[in-house]
Amino acid sequence: MLPGSTIVLVSLFYVGVLFAIAYWGDQRADRGRSLLKNPWIYALSLGVYCTAWTYYGSVGRAAATGLGFLPVYLGPTLMAILWGFVLRKMVRISKINRITTIADFVASRYGKSTLLGALVTVIAVVGVAPYISLQLDAVSTSFTLLQDGLGTPNQGLADFPDTALLISLAMAAFAVLFGTRHLDVTEHHEGLVAAIAFESIVKLAAFLAAGIFISFVVFGGPNQIFTLALQSPDTARLLTFNENTLQYTDWFWLTVLSMLAILFLPRQFQMAVLENTDERHIARASWLFPLYLLVINLFVLPIALGGILTFGVPGAPSVEPDMYVLALTMAAQQPALALLVFVGGISAATSMVIVETVALSTMVSNDLVMPLLLRTRLLRPDESRDYSGLLLLIRRVAIVAILLLGYLYVRSTGATASLVSVGLISFAAVAQFAPAVFGGIYWKGGTRLGALGGLLAGFLVWGYTLSLPSLGAIGGVSQGFVADGPWGIGFLRPNSLFGVTGLDPVTHSLLWSLLANVMAYIGISLAVQPSVLEHGQATRFVDVFHYSPAGDSLLFWRGTASVSALRSLLERFLGERRTQESLALYARRRGLDLEVMKEADAELVQYCESLLAGVMGTASAHVAVASVVQEERLNMDEVLRLLEETSQVLAYSRQLEQRTSQLEQKSLALEAATAELRTANQRLQELDRLKDDFISTVTHELRTPLTSIRAFAEILYDNPDLESDRRTAFLEIVLKESERLTRLINQVLALAKLESGAVEWQLGALTIEPLVEEAITATAGLHGEKQVLVTKELSPDLPPVWADHDQVMQVLVNLLSNARKFCAAQGGRVVVHGRLEGSSLLVTVSDNGPGISRADQEIIFDKFRQAAHSTGSRPQGTGLGLPISAEIIAHLGGQLWVESQPGQGATFAFTLPLAEVDTATV
Amino acid sequence: MPRDKGRGQQLLALFCLGVVLLSYPMLAIFNHSLLEAGIPLLVIYLFGVWAALIGATAWLIER
Repeated sequence: MLPGSTIVLVSLFYVGVLFAIAYWGDQRADRGRSLLKNPWIYALSLGVYCTAWTYYGSVGRAAATGLGFLPVYLGPTLMAILWGFVLRKMVRISKINRITTIADFVASRYGKSTLLGALVTVIAVVGVAPYISLQLDAVSTSFTLLQDGLGTPNQGLADFPDTALLISLAMAAFAVLFGTRHLDVTEHHEGLVAAIAFESIVKLAAFLAAGIFISFVVFGGPNQIFTLALQSPDTARLLTFNENTLQYTDWFWLTVLSMLAILFLPRQFQMAVLENTDERHIARASWLFPLYLLVINLFVLPIALGGILTFGVPGAPSVEPDMYVLALTMAAQQPALALLVFVGGISAATSMVIVETVALSTMVSNDLVMPLLLRTRLLRPDESRDYSGLLLLIRRVAIVAILLLGYLYVRSTGATASLVSVGLISFAAVAQFAPAVFGGIYWKGGTRLGALGGLLAGFLVWGYTLSLPSLGAIGGVSQGFVADGPWGIGFLRPNSLFGVTGLDPVTHSLLWSLLANVMAYIGISLAVQPSVLEHGQATRFVDVFHYSPAGDSLLFWRGTASVSALRSLLERFLGERRTQESLALYARRRGLDLEVMKEADAELVQYCESLLAGVMGTASAHVAVASVVQEERLNMDEVLRLLEETSQVLAYSRQLEQRTSQLEQKSLALEAATAELRTANQRLQELDRLKDDFISTVTHELRTPLTSIRAFAEILYDNPDLESDRRTAFLEIVLKESERLTRLINQVLALAKLESGAVEWQLGALTIEPLVEEAITATAGLHGEKQVLVTKELSPDLPPVWADHDQVMQVLVNLLSNARKFCAAQGGRVVVHGRLEGSSLLVTVSDNGPGISRADQEIIFDKFRQAAHSTGSRPQGTGLGLPISAEIIAHLGGQLWVESQPGQGATFAFTLPLAEVDTATV
Repeated sequence: MPRDKGRGQQLLALFCLGVVLLSYPMLAIFNHSLLEAGIPLLVIYLFGVWAALIGATAWLIER
């Protein structure tokens, strides 16, 4: 359809863009502006999970099993919910122990065992090679299809050098350039991650574009496709679970399998654990990453059904179902879109291959080759040579070798199997890591031998039940072997071991291999005693959150090592400059002078080992360090004692912490209670004193009018023949005095009520103007004999206040009657003024009377205290009006005060809160 | 472990709920050759549960 040269040119251009992005990412990181400090980039980089399997294979899988492609994405979604527990713990452990790969993780946990690291590496390489081959296969198949057009039968990989080889070499170049940039693997591959995140966007965009085009433009909507599909039994059965396509058991176990794969695939471990820069990114990714999976899977089923509807039922197809995405865009005569789809496929394949080979090559160099060289003394750490170049070389060679292994797998199997079935073989292989890793981080009882036994058992069962049958003839396996069992023993048939039939080969293999794995792991772990180192590492892993993030609080080491020997060891693997920097940093942190120091202590040895671990893996680092120090072997009792001490110290400090916080809480509560008691007591005493004062004042005040009433009443009683006008005058006094008495009693009651809080406040929004008018009218008759001019000056449109009508009225009446009372006898004037002051209303009542002296200003708000009248006589009134008013205003949330200069009148002012402000805060 | 204990337990419960909703026999309830608005019932259920799980995780984590 398209000339091969065009396709190659576009592919090369795309790869060029990738190189540019990776280069740019590394440059930014070097300038301290890392792209990895972003949870979105982290989540996108996890999209490396979606490979050519997702891009091409899912459609093929859907064409065969309907919804059977989904568990591979539902599993990670479920696991992602738990990332906050599991993945975060793995990240923390890896940071503290400077883990470089998943093989390193397992080896480190079980006593830095080189054997275990090597076994995990072998399983990973053997298990994942088919998965890499799948990517190469997908790219070369899509290339051939795009070049030759539809209707040409697939010739496979006839010509040599074929496209798959060229692709492998290009990918190897990328991985070598950006994946082995740093010697220290725990340093982040900034450029690599940036490129992978970019590829995640490209493949998503390309697949969505194809999906939307095929579903909506070609078929007029997914609903049209489904309606058509339902009409034919061949496609209708793909829409449900049934015996022919998809069964519940397989569905469940595939979900479990992919839950494990998302954690243990070497490339996922690389991206999720090693390239993680911030533990908080995990939380964001635990919903962003599943969202990515959901979106990229939206159109898989419509495309698969559309492919069947267009190209006929799979089985006698003109087009492989795996290639439906590409073929459908080609069938619609859209070369540009087809090219985009092809590029998307490249991006899906390259991202996987690059990260996987980088991860695997680190494993091979750190956990396979290095320990081998160290153990066999081919490489002597005590010789003064620089080995840092050698390490990088091993890794680069490993990348090329792994890719070639994948390439060989494609050529030898001849791409007969579908993409997904090849990929699932790899999933089942890495699932074997689950017992050792989960047990390793949650169960201290797991031992090295247990992990070895479990992994070996699981790996063998996997090889026998899944890998061997899939290799077919090229593995030297005859057809009869699979169909009838070895030597014709049907009981041992690889695909139905012990006569268990009716299961999908993957489910079948997963069940048996995990069963063997778990049983061996737990059984052997319980049967054998762990070594000293295993014990220490178990605690470091399982209790990782109990220690400080810097780690290193547990040291199981005793021995002698010279500082200079350690220094030259580091120089050989890290180079002189980095050794110098790292040791200087360490010396500064601990305040040591390493130039003077001769004997290294346990902590320094540990530090050097962890530096080396970042370069060559924990197990190799342990071996290397052991070669230059004289270790005194701790026996188990000593370690147990150390452990016990540490845990006792930990437990003790935790207890202390708890005790302290409990005590603090208690003493706080006690203090609060004491303070409360004290205030209550003070208040009681105050009340008592007030009551005494009050009673004496009240009785005194009551006695005055009573005395005069009684005196005049006695006169009237004793002199019945008094002249009528005198009699009238006397009676008038009695009446006035009893009125005064009534008023006094009323006010005393009002004040008592106010102070005891017995008043029922009826708060509401009040407009002040009618209140003022009402108050002026009410007070007009009180001092009627006096000619007083009362005016009001209220700002227009005053907002309502939040107050009680009757109480505010009371205050206004009190103030107005006071003002009338005290204003000038001739030309008396009282002004009521009102305006807005901030968030409250200010009302003032001014008179032109004699004013109030400063001394009097302080006492007039006390009960029964009145200012001395300028005339010297006692003013009328009870002396309770102002205290009552002040009390009311204070209760309403305002203030009442007086401003006065003697001789210039007095101004009483009060504030009230505005209605809307108060309601807003209530 | 997520910062507060309550959230961790909620996530754990959500995981269990997800496992139940995405397994037999819950799936069997929706296992019919029926179209709702042109989309198969089972597809709607699976993608619906999937989206709801993502939404609930996001809500628990980001609130």
